[in-house]
Amino acid sequence: MTENFFLRFMDIHIKKTKTADHSWESLVAGVQARNIRAMARLITRVENREPGWKEAMKAVYPLTGSARIFGITGSPGAGKSSLTCEIAEELVKRGHQVGIIAVDPSSPFSGGALLGDRLRMKKIFTMKEIFIRSMATRGMLGGLSQAARDVARIMDAFGKDIILIETVGVGQDEIEVVKTADRVMMVCIPGQGDGIQALKAGVMEIADIYIINKADLPGADEVMADICAMLNLSSQNGQALPPVLKTSALKNQGISELADSLLSHPAGSSKDTLRREIQAREEILSLMENDVFRAIRSRWEQSGALTAEVRKMVEENKDPYSIVSELLQQIDGKADLFSS
Amino acid sequence: MEPESKIRVLIAKPGLDGHERGAHVVAYGLRDAGFEVIYTGLRQTPRQIVNTAIQEDVDVVGLSILCGAHLSLTQMVINGLKEGGAEDILVLVGGIVPEEDIPRLKEMGVGEVFTAGTPVSAVSNFIRAAVSAS
Repeated sequence: MTENFFLRFMDIHIKKTKTADHSWESLVAGVQARNIRAMARLITRVENREPGWKEAMKAVYPLTGSARIFGITGSPGAGKSSLTCEIAEELVKRGHQVGIIAVDPSSPFSGGALLGDRLRMKKIFTMKEIFIRSMATRGMLGGLSQAARDVARIMDAFGKDIILIETVGVGQDEIEVVKTADRVMMVCIPGQGDGIQALKAGVMEIADIYIINKADLPGADEVMADICAMLNLSSQNGQALPPVLKTSALKNQGISELADSLLSHPAGSSKDTLRREIQAREEILSLMENDVFRAIRSRWEQSGALTAEVRKMVEENKDPYSIVSELLQQIDGKADLFSS
Repeated sequence: MEPESKIRVLIAKPGLDGHERGAHVVAYGLRDAGFEVIYTGLRQTPRQIVNTAIQEDVDVVGLSILCGAHLSLTQMVINGLKEGGAEDILVLVGGIVPEEDIPRLKEMGVGEVFTAGTPVSAVSNFIRAAVSAS
């Protein structure tokens, strides 16, 4: 048994070390050649933001654009991972190549993470059409959505035509992640009123499909009615309401209908164009924000100016507003660039 | 935000025993040591474990085995990693392992064997030293 079932990895001979002994070029070429190890390595190094990651993504970008990205969010315990597993299996049956990005939180204390989404996906571990990658939030301020986007692009370049991004639906950062998707599924369950809670919290605007999972449990119809009522209230005249579907990941019910709904999404609609523009704008700004901030911060830190100002604030009671204004004024003397 | 390399560890339970407690303790302990721990639950086949290790690009695979089949299961995982070009991934074994089997596991390429009663800090210290040395 062992002789045969690992054969498909036989062409993979990329050694892994923490230091970069393989060029970015060879990893990107490996991804193009559909080498699983190369994709996994490239994801790690881009996620770690190793020097050169942006050049690598520049090379990856032209290879992308054919994948559809679906986000899955909802409160903890709603069954997102199980549902992701069922959807992936269904999509593979329909001939798709699926990439899954499963996001779980990092501990703000230790920086460690327990990534357990895979626990619900055992039955698809060995399907060669499916690549699963767990990601920790790593406390990246707004950086998680960019990192998830990068990982999705690498999967796209590899040839995955559908990418499922699953997040815990709590926290702005994770909402940002699903916003990078083409379609967002919001998973609710009966008995917790959490669908309505989620709607109140403003998740409303980002979901394209509402799913009542665990619909084999009592109360599913009530949740469905609540959600439909909410959607009706907030819809504008003539606006098509997003679909509300009942599923049971456990009993494999409603999965086929959900897949139909996902795939029926026509590409290139005007809503799509608008969404892409919003996403592009956000991505450009967030990348720039990151770079500008890092550049300025490292300059301040290296010159010792930051330490000096910190001391002034603590010891001389200097106000932080003046500190920032003065430091910005020093940057190339272009004070007016930053004055507001 | 500076580049951040996290040590990634897969904690896997091959074989048919249902004793998950030890794996849980180790997984939580390693998380608290700052590692990213991927946990995949009970009754994994060696093939599932190898696929997960490669896709997740982990630095370490920790096998928790209490069913007595540690020699054959570990050998299958190590063979699989080798065939997948991932022989550089450190393999550790934990659980109920008789003394006399430990040298045999190490001959197969297992980095270390942690039997019952090992403090989690011993595991995390070993991993940190081994991964930073590679």
